[in-house]
Amino acid sequence: MKELELVCPAGTPASLRAAVQAGAHTIYCGFADETNARNFPGLNFSRTEMAESINFAHENNAKVLVAINTFAQAGREYLWHQAIADAYAAGADAVILADLGLLAHAAENHSDLRRHLSVQAAAANPDAINFYAQEFGIKRVVLPRVLSVEEIAAINREIDTETEVFVFGGLCVMEEGRCSLSSYATGQSPNMNGVCSPASHVVYEQKGTAMVSKLGGFTIDMAEQDAPAPYPTLCKGCFRVDDHTGPVFEDPTSLNAASLIPQLAKAGVTALKIEGRQRSRAYVTAVVRSFRRAVEACAADKAIELGILANLSEGQENTLGAYKKTWR
Amino acid sequence: MMKLTLGPVFFHWTADIWQDFYARIADEAPVDRVVLGEVVCSKRLPFYETLIEGVAERLQRAGKEVVLASLALTTSPRERKMLAGLAASGFTTELNDLTLLHYLEPDQQFTVGPLVNVYNAQSLNWLIAKGASDICLPPELPIATVKTLAAHGSAQNTRIEVWGYGRVPLAISGRCTHARLAAKSKDSCQFVCENDMDGLAVDTLDDQKFLAVNGVQTLSGSRANLVGDVGNLSAAGVNSLRLSPHSEDMVHVAKTFRAVCDHHITEQEALAQLIEQAPGLQYCNGFLFGQAGADWSHAG
Repeated sequence: MKELELVCPAGTPASLRAAVQAGAHTIYCGFADETNARNFPGLNFSRTEMAESINFAHENNAKVLVAINTFAQAGREYLWHQAIADAYAAGADAVILADLGLLAHAAENHSDLRRHLSVQAAAANPDAINFYAQEFGIKRVVLPRVLSVEEIAAINREIDTETEVFVFGGLCVMEEGRCSLSSYATGQSPNMNGVCSPASHVVYEQKGTAMVSKLGGFTIDMAEQDAPAPYPTLCKGCFRVDDHTGPVFEDPTSLNAASLIPQLAKAGVTALKIEGRQRSRAYVTAVVRSFRRAVEACAADKAIELGILANLSEGQENTLGAYKKTWR
Repeated sequence: MMKLTLGPVFFHWTADIWQDFYARIADEAPVDRVVLGEVVCSKRLPFYETLIEGVAERLQRAGKEVVLASLALTTSPRERKMLAGLAASGFTTELNDLTLLHYLEPDQQFTVGPLVNVYNAQSLNWLIAKGASDICLPPELPIATVKTLAAHGSAQNTRIEVWGYGRVPLAISGRCTHARLAAKSKDSCQFVCENDMDGLAVDTLDDQKFLAVNGVQTLSGSRANLVGDVGNLSAAGVNSLRLSPHSEDMVHVAKTFRAVCDHHITEQEALAQLIEQAPGLQYCNGFLFGQAGADWSHAG
């Protein structure tokens, strides 16, 4: 069986080098501005860093995908157009896009630059994917995290486009590219600003014996004294609904689909994606190394060691997310 | 003149309530356009599917333009068949994700709902070139962007609509939170969402109203209410406001918006009337000013 392509995150040039050295086939990263969906302070690449990093990756037989996957703000489209042009000039192997306007722009102005459809475009069925392929010539789609393995297999039977799926890391419970929860609380959204539940709007407040985690004035979580106050990621928070108190949308779990790699391969998936451009170099190295072993084992038809990733979820519970139908 | 559109019912109302609601809209509500059908969960549609044609006819006889809405998230073969059926229904259809475009004829006009990501002129122009006659913008857009897009729309004879009233659709998931809160899963939900006509309130641990759950959809806890901003929206070139159905008296809501749009009452009077008619509701309009969507800039 052909080895699945491992697509790994890099928030900094150092992480990119670490991921390549740990065995990543492909790295995805973004420029240091709101053109990418992980627009965090201190993260992402300058133009020079991007060009140097792509050179480094190519010298080591790895590919680089540049994520330009937010939605261009009206009147400031030049920022997104420039990002696409600069990714092209730097030798990127593909750009990852979500915005209709940017897809049209890239297809028209950089027809020889390979285009991937971001998870942010939320194309969740063969009709939508084929439509994007026909209109904008996309070669690969990153599937939304709402599909089961069976549904992914069925999609692959009806499309020619390659598919890439998330296998490890933070899990959005909402369909990405279609969530304004963060901007409802803070004014800053993944789609427009490339941020979710941004640190700039987080406040920790002592209330009696409890530590309250607030986002934009709303209490998202609470910890009793001595327990660490959880970061208030909106959809992972604790709320009150009638007589239920606790997590409402998703427990603070982390996706780990390592055990599903053989099934995903059989479902016709081309590439496996690891979430976490905001993660440390050490984390990226450890995860990439483990997953490289796993995809090699899968290609050789050998059993995958499942214990290896258990320690990397930082004490959080693991989930198979939507891949398992009962998650719904 | 500012037009009014009544958006689709997002919630799972019983067939009787649903039908009675539209009968009254046909007879009494001064709205120009009504969008009908299921956006949130395909499992709900069989409960009222057979009523849609009759309701549509009644609304059309009352002089309203009728549009059929498509699903926000399409995954199963059955759902794809639903879209094929919509495209062939003879009615104008509303896109809530791009899947429907696959089923429309190249020259078939359509409208665009608020769940399609139109953040800039190039996206807007692309949709217009495909045949969009009306585009309801994403609710999180600030008024400066609305103004830019309205200018592009106007230059191409496409009407630009803004989310004017009702809980704001903020997110959609593969997972049914409503079912899970009732210790069920999406596939065996027993339609627990039917119990909550405006969605199920999600409050913070210190009892602040925050969000609302409606099946796989998450909405704002507060209702967006732009009745106090109609002048600003008109000046920005907006052609239409969308009112989203809730359990309060929507005929009254529509009449109040109509009266402001026609300059028969002031924005302040309109707001006072809405508050008097449905006391206790919380409003928001922050998205319009680039603030947190939950913010509210008016008194009351």
